[in-house]
Amino acid sequence: MSSSRIARRMADLKARGRKALIPYIVAGDPTPEVTVPAMHAMVEAGADVLELGIPFSDPFADGPVNQRGAERAIASGMTLPGVLKAVAEFRQTDTETPVVLMGYLNPVMAMGEAHFCQEAKASGVDGLLLVDVPPEEEGGLVASAKSLGLDMIYLAAPTTTDARMSLIGKATSGYLYYVSLKGVTGSSKLNTVEVAAKVDAMRAHVSAPICVGFGIRTPDDAARIGAAADGIIVGTVLVSQMESLANRPADVPAALKALLQPMRDAMDQATVADV
Amino acid sequence: MALTEEELRTLTYEPDAGGHFGVYGGRYVSETLMAALSELDQNYQMLKNDPEFQRQFDHDLATFVGRPSPLYHAERWSKQIGGAQIYFKREDLNHTGAHKVNNTIGQALLAKYSGKPRVIAETGAGQHGVASATVAARLGLECVVYMGADDVERQSPNVYRMKLLGATVVPVDSGSRTLKDALSEAMRDWVTNVDETFYIIGTVAGPAPYPQLVRDFNAVVGRELKWQSKDTFGRYPDALVACVGGGSNAIGLFYPFLRDTEVEIYGVEAAGRGLSTPEHAAPLCAGRPGVLHGAKTYLMDNADGQIAHTHSVSAGLDYPGVGPEHAYLKDIGRAKYVGASDAEALAAFHEVSRVEGIIPALETAHALAYTKTLAAQMRPDQTIVCNMSGRGDKDIFTVAKMEGISLT
Repeated sequence: MSSSRIARRMADLKARGRKALIPYIVAGDPTPEVTVPAMHAMVEAGADVLELGIPFSDPFADGPVNQRGAERAIASGMTLPGVLKAVAEFRQTDTETPVVLMGYLNPVMAMGEAHFCQEAKASGVDGLLLVDVPPEEEGGLVASAKSLGLDMIYLAAPTTTDARMSLIGKATSGYLYYVSLKGVTGSSKLNTVEVAAKVDAMRAHVSAPICVGFGIRTPDDAARIGAAADGIIVGTVLVSQMESLANRPADVPAALKALLQPMRDAMDQATVADV
Repeated sequence: MALTEEELRTLTYEPDAGGHFGVYGGRYVSETLMAALSELDQNYQMLKNDPEFQRQFDHDLATFVGRPSPLYHAERWSKQIGGAQIYFKREDLNHTGAHKVNNTIGQALLAKYSGKPRVIAETGAGQHGVASATVAARLGLECVVYMGADDVERQSPNVYRMKLLGATVVPVDSGSRTLKDALSEAMRDWVTNVDETFYIIGTVAGPAPYPQLVRDFNAVVGRELKWQSKDTFGRYPDALVACVGGGSNAIGLFYPFLRDTEVEIYGVEAAGRGLSTPEHAAPLCAGRPGVLHGAKTYLMDNADGQIAHTHSVSAGLDYPGVGPEHAYLKDIGRAKYVGASDAEALAAFHEVSRVEGIIPALETAHALAYTKTLAAQMRPDQTIVCNMSGRGDKDIFTVAKMEGISLT
């Protein structure tokens, strides 16, 4: 099996000494029309992989900012088939940037797990990250995804034991998403030294690239955490921006670019300084 | 798929190591909680067979809750209906007024044994919040209760009770501002404060091992009924009836009788304004399998998998999911699940108040409504035990308001 678009992208970044910048937005937030232009804008600002949120009514692992993002998206009429349509449209002009769908299991079950995987693949989706599905659950869905070459990305947390880290390390493909904080998305206490130590310790169990999310808000956070890992995931700060532009959706792409570009620059400078 | 009677008589009715009841249950949570759940599971599996823990649990149930709860013959009501003899298992006489305290006593003891100084809980009608605040006060634990903002409004006496007991009540404004949102918020708190916090879930929902341990703590109800029914009428009841929101009072009554297939089992969901309308809270009657709040189970959602806003006159049944073991019992055919509407529940609420001198909780009134229907189809030499899961004091304001009566 040829390697996935995510694996190729990660290998390429490693070869170039560049850390992955992975932004997250909720598809359909604040309107369905803005999603594809927003995706392109984030790539132009230096995003290496895109995480696109599938809106869900009861996102209990997310904080209030992301929950409101999901609520706006649902209110705007976004559905899971709508998310897939957005990815297909994005793929018409960008065949290189990997897209990961992130969300909760129930909308996927509503569509039918196997049917969803086929449609996701056909739309140009590269990976799935289902927040409420640990590696112990949903063998059938995972088999469907893998048989189509979709990466299954799993989470690790500060509370994850060594025994589980080994299980997660074997299960995850594409990259591992390390949740750097106890708490929900949008939490605010981040300790770079702790994160760096944890990432190093995880390498014993995880061969996939390790990307770190939760609590990254500023270019400085991005640079420091980026230096300690293979990449960073930035979500709440972007969704928060969507909220303030909810009535001016046309301004969203430029605003996302303005937030991400300084993060990209700070990460690239840190990497150069590191070498 | 329905099993044969022989299979139903010999099943263990225990979840597998991952907490699955058939295809239901499991642990559908974010990674941050997995370690806490497995620690809880280990502690629980150890303590449930620990004689000292059990002795303390039984002692608290006897001296603090007032168990065993009586089995009461509703003679006048039975005669009026003219069918089966109706008995009430009087959980409404427990300290704090409902079955909920059986579980909170058990979980608070677990919290204490696990060395957690802080407990959190979610609540719908407020009964579980009151029961949690009560045991937290008694054990000297900090207690935070999450409650949907709408429920805070419609259950103000219970909010005040929790405050009197020293708990902090946090109104939840997100989503539909009811029980499901309170549960989400409590899970968020738990993820954030997992090291020092024990989450006392109020029903048999949520990730494993909660459905199992909440069931086990409530199973005292059915265990007592086994000897009480033999003492009172010489055999097991012909039928058991209980209301099902999350389903903890029901599973507590049903579980000890699951292998006794001569006993028919009925769970009554909230049919709200009718099962043919979208305004109900009856996932087993009119929902489909999905995943919510950490477990796979029947739930109410739309075509796109978004969780539905439910409706019931009773806050305690106003929840779009249901305990995974009920989903399993439905599929294998061991229990039947039916609905009672708001109107039917209200009629039963008044009828039982006047005929038996017991004001039931609105949740319980759903079970009573179906008990009446069922009794009328049975013979006078047959028996039904209906779980009188809670008392109605908390609901008198709601009922009065619906009937245009001002109590202030």
